[in-house]
Amino acid sequence: MSLVLNEEQSYLKDTARDFAKNKTPVSHFRSVRDSENPECFDREIWKEMASLGWSGILIPEEYGGSDFGVAGIGVIFEELGRTLTPSPMFSTAVVCASLIKQAGNEDQKKEYLTKIASGDITLAFALEESSRHSPSNLETSAKIEGDSYIINGEKTFVLDGGFADFLIIAANNGKGTSLFITKKDAAGIEIKLTPLVDSRNAANITFKDLKLSSSSLIGEENNSDQIIEEVLDISRSVISAEMFGGIQEAFDVTLNYLKERDQFGAKIGSFQALQHRAAIMFSEIELCKSCVLESLTSFDEGSNDIPRLASLAKAKIGEIFHLVSNEAVQMHGGIGVTDEYDIGFYLKRARVAEQIFGNVQFHKDRYAELTGY
Amino acid sequence: MSDLNAFRDETRDWLEANCPESMRTPMSQGDVVWGGRKVEFKNPDQKLWMDRMGEKGWTCPTWPKEYGGGGLNFEENKVLQEELMRIKARPALNSFGIWMLGPALLEYGTEEQKMEHIPKIVKGEIRWCQGYSEPGSGSDLASLKTKAEDQGEEYLINGQKVWTSYADECDMIFTLVRTGPLEPKHEGISFLLIDMDQEGVTTKPIKLISGKSPFCETFFDNATAPKENLVGGLNKGWSVAKRLLQFERNMIAGMGFGSAASGSSKKSDAKPTSGLATMAKRYVGEKEDKLNDSGLRNKIIDHDMNSQAFALTLRRAAEESKKSNQGPSAASSIFKYYGTEHNKLRYEIMLEAMGTKALGWEGAEFGPEELAITREWLRTKANSIEGGTSEVQLNVISKRVLELPQ
Repeated sequence: MSLVLNEEQSYLKDTARDFAKNKTPVSHFRSVRDSENPECFDREIWKEMASLGWSGILIPEEYGGSDFGVAGIGVIFEELGRTLTPSPMFSTAVVCASLIKQAGNEDQKKEYLTKIASGDITLAFALEESSRHSPSNLETSAKIEGDSYIINGEKTFVLDGGFADFLIIAANNGKGTSLFITKKDAAGIEIKLTPLVDSRNAANITFKDLKLSSSSLIGEENNSDQIIEEVLDISRSVISAEMFGGIQEAFDVTLNYLKERDQFGAKIGSFQALQHRAAIMFSEIELCKSCVLESLTSFDEGSNDIPRLASLAKAKIGEIFHLVSNEAVQMHGGIGVTDEYDIGFYLKRARVAEQIFGNVQFHKDRYAELTGY
Repeated sequence: MSDLNAFRDETRDWLEANCPESMRTPMSQGDVVWGGRKVEFKNPDQKLWMDRMGEKGWTCPTWPKEYGGGGLNFEENKVLQEELMRIKARPALNSFGIWMLGPALLEYGTEEQKMEHIPKIVKGEIRWCQGYSEPGSGSDLASLKTKAEDQGEEYLINGQKVWTSYADECDMIFTLVRTGPLEPKHEGISFLLIDMDQEGVTTKPIKLISGKSPFCETFFDNATAPKENLVGGLNKGWSVAKRLLQFERNMIAGMGFGSAASGSSKKSDAKPTSGLATMAKRYVGEKEDKLNDSGLRNKIIDHDMNSQAFALTLRRAAEESKKSNQGPSAASSIFKYYGTEHNKLRYEIMLEAMGTKALGWEGAEFGPEELAITREWLRTKANSIEGGTSEVQLNVISKRVLELPQ
């Protein structure tokens, strides 16, 4: 697979970089956070992102998308990750769009994918049920009653779950996982916001005798595990790209600080104790870059190592985002722990992002299992 | 593209016809062919294979044809390497001439120097060693004192070098010598080629912690070298030296990664495996397919993931420099540091897996592979010292790449 971007991808990346710089610098994130808007993003900005075609990048042209592929949307997320751009794009245009694209029937694709591509609806994926990612241990149930399904269960860490127009629910009766789509305001759905440390929007959601028609089923009953796993890998790869953007920005900001800050009559960047730590971080970041690129392009170029590459990227990037965000705060000294200074945002974002669809240890284990040990 | 396919067919046919069967079998350290006047072949096929590949220039596939190289472009060389890997061919010839001196001569040498030395490197006729470090000049290499005095027709050389790899088996040595004793330290150094077959040059092996002696001390007592052996100009040797160090660092960094780097780009239906985990399972056992030591397993996972990440980075750097047609990409600055530290860790993990089986020095109670791993573990400790220590590499990254203040 290619480890350098093609023209199309470079163009998307440049556009996203300009957008992030001009429309959503970190000060935008700060102002959204301080506005105490429970949605945690700006609808005007989201409209602009959709009008650039970003919400349709993974969607086939026949449903209004551009089908530019996982690497195409990945490089955009990398740039948005640099400035912590808040948006519903990940849940809606990556996770849920992929679920519907891969599992949905023609009607569902026409109904939802076209509206995702146009930016008219937002969706969230209600998957997790415990404090750790564990997609194969779901207890949310779907009981057949006549022509309907009755859903019961409790979901947690539902990203964008507080405001999304539609929810996709993963349920399991012990025979395999089924996917359902519902409007968020249906009877039997209780949504509790869980404001997160990094100001990302998430919710705990309870389904109590939620009654859904059979047309709400996406894909085959009890047979969506494989598709979920495939979509999770796409999502892990894309969120790794976003995290990689955060790593680079935190590192660049810190490097600039090392070149500016004077102590003991010298720039602190002239001290070898800091230089070597910076150089070690640089080395790790170079490795991260290769892992992210290889994983992103593996989907579009048809690799047979997709799951392992996704776990490699998510684990490696998770680990190095820890390292770099911790070092960034430490090297900034006192101002690094003030709210006024932006660097602390990356520390918070690193920890939340790490938990999305499997933390470092989850993916290390998975990598080893896929390698036969 | 069809040209490339034709090239692949020709290459495959030629290799089938010319690579002896015994040169397609796994090799041990002792089977490496270094060439030179003093070469001793363990097997006549080694000589046959070296001569055939040397004649075709494929011991140095990308070097220009006019100096005996293969004249292949990037894509053709990739095909050649793939075809060599396909038949599991052994390297026909390894040498410091190929890895280090040749590339430097191609950049800095005069036409006469290239015509004189490059073909002999390609064919394995002359074996070269490197004379850089001195007893008082390690990380601070530019403080070196071995001097070369102008005697009209030739230089008169006096001084001592250390860590000269395989000096006792080599024919020629490329050295850094002081030709400008009054100049600032970097500006009084020249790059000089010296014949080892003369009375004024003596070598003495250094025994290492591994018990082996790959390195020597090399003494120059009124040794001589003709004037035309000065490369890159009088007192301009530091630039040649730095460039050559880059080649050396890439070579050391790539140890153990050669196949990983080129192989990972290809699609393969083979199930991925881990060499470390397979070995560790033999010693500590497994439970439900998982290694029966969770601490060790985690270390192996980290190491395997970083191996793959590093191999990908080697490949990315190659793709980037090919695309931009510029020099080495920023990523390449980490290779020496990361590759050697990673290789050291690999041996530490193997030792941990082997337990007391890793502690043998000699004797029949330990397997030959076990004894070799223990010795190699000790050998790896020099990886992060030779060719510039890890600390020097981190200094280089800080200053050159990150542009941190001095």
